[in-house]
Amino acid sequence: MSREEVVIAGFGGQGVLLIGKLLAQAALDAGREVSWLPSYGPEMRGGTANCTVVVSDDPIASPIVDHPRGVVAMNRPSLDKFEGSVEAGGFLVINGSMVDRGAERTDLLVVNVRSLEMAQELGNVKAANMIVLGALAGLSALVGLQQIRRAVEHAFEQKPRALEVNLRALEAGHALAQVEIVRAGAKGRGKGLDGSGGAGGAGNDSDGSACGLH
Amino acid sequence: MGCIMIFSGSEAAAKPRKLLMKGAEAIGEAAIRAGAKAYFCYPITPQTEVAEYLARRMPEVGGVFLQGESELAVANMLFGAAATGARVFTSTSSPGFSLMAEAMSYIAGAELPVVFINVMRCGPGLGGVLAAQSDYWQATRNSGHGDYRCPVLAPSSVQEAAELTLAAFELADRYRNPVIVLADGMIGQMMEPVMLEGLAAGEPVEKPWATQGCGGREPVVVKSLYLDPQVLERMNRRLAEKYAKMQTDEVQVELYNVRERHDLVVVAYGTMARICKTAIDRLGKEGLQVGLVRPITLFPFPVDAVHSAARHSAAGVVTVELSQGQMIDDVNLALGELGRSAFFGRSGGMVPTPDEVTRVFRDLVKRGAA
Repeated sequence: MSREEVVIAGFGGQGVLLIGKLLAQAALDAGREVSWLPSYGPEMRGGTANCTVVVSDDPIASPIVDHPRGVVAMNRPSLDKFEGSVEAGGFLVINGSMVDRGAERTDLLVVNVRSLEMAQELGNVKAANMIVLGALAGLSALVGLQQIRRAVEHAFEQKPRALEVNLRALEAGHALAQVEIVRAGAKGRGKGLDGSGGAGGAGNDSDGSACGLH
Repeated sequence: MGCIMIFSGSEAAAKPRKLLMKGAEAIGEAAIRAGAKAYFCYPITPQTEVAEYLARRMPEVGGVFLQGESELAVANMLFGAAATGARVFTSTSSPGFSLMAEAMSYIAGAELPVVFINVMRCGPGLGGVLAAQSDYWQATRNSGHGDYRCPVLAPSSVQEAAELTLAAFELADRYRNPVIVLADGMIGQMMEPVMLEGLAAGEPVEKPWATQGCGGREPVVVKSLYLDPQVLERMNRRLAEKYAKMQTDEVQVELYNVRERHDLVVVAYGTMARICKTAIDRLGKEGLQVGLVRPITLFPFPVDAVHSAARHSAAGVVTVELSQGQMIDDVNLALGELGRSAFFGRSGGMVPTPDEVTRVFRDLVKRGAA
């Protein structure tokens, strides 16, 4: 059973819910089961927002997840809150433009995305979240870049001018993740993160990674 | 980057494929497909997206969208509009539902088909906006005064939220009775794939009681006032027969991993039941057989399904709710001579994770075996 869960967290306004929606839409377009559960509490007002996306080949029971395969931390509070929850051997995308520390975990594949600086170089700082989404697409075992690309194209149908820079941002993020995956592979870490069946839930429970943070 | 719509309502009507929709939106679309002609509302988290969706969709299908000045006004608009025989509904959340309770009693007394969607948040009082199931008693007993009951349908996915919304309109017409769709906040806010194809109104029910102008026939009166006690008691008995018929004919329940023998039987509904399923799957890998009885109709309650599953359970039954224990009353009534249910619940907007529920179930099995 292939299954993958991602928590995307940040300040309200950073596009975390949108990133999650596009991931979910891409997964649905690929014929998979999917759930997208947002935090919607008072914490959204001026504080943090997050959503949990579950992608699976089978019907999804709980949309609530204890140990997601991946976490996207768009700000420092999100990294502090969710880093410890990531499944052993999973991945972490850190928005380096807003987070002033690296990962504490040593058993995760970590991609540090300086999304604001990268987006500025691409010509539109608003595309920062698409860079992060691209990195996420690079790390996900169940949703590919092409599917995400189509979801983004659909989302920007009414805004063709914005689409172009957003697609470039998506690809830049994806390329960055690829570099990190290769680097992690060279170090002998990142088992199962090359997309070759790494999302098998049971397998990850038993791979014996030295993770005492649960 | 501003709000980007991934789909639009008109698209939802055209293409036969699964759409990614919020529960609140799926409820709105299902109501339109059920032929709802009027929607009255007053915004409240976590279901305002129903109103947002219908503000756009209702005019597209020639229906009425009206935001009232309060929930009291909304509920009385429902009374008036339902009396014309049109399919009408509202959506609200816990405190708003309480405000509608008086009119709901009148609507039940006048035997009008109205659908109430209650996407529960946590209480009591203004409480909080997060998910809860703490209005079970209110929905399944009496929201308002008097001797009446309403069917209560409890979805546990976005797809089911759409299907049960449609079913609610059918039931309401068939029984001339208000029907409640009772969802927790997660159902309202979550996005999941929805197949809208096939969601369509059934055969129209004759409504000779509707006040549509009495040219060529005797006038009809829609009311709940009966000052003659004999007449009112006759009416009460007739209503009781109606509710008894619902208990015979309208029970809906899902059984998950229910077998001949169990280590433990769980009763849970809504999103809470899905969290329990994940825990059950995990315990299955440990060799423990845990069965789930998920009431889809909370009234009528699936008495037989609960009783039957509980008969062969080493550690008995546990009721799991997002409250301090309300449905457990119905579970205990269903268990009868089999004993009493254990309880696990979180409230105040706290939702237990699969890990937490797995631990609770494992402990109960251990204690049951001891």
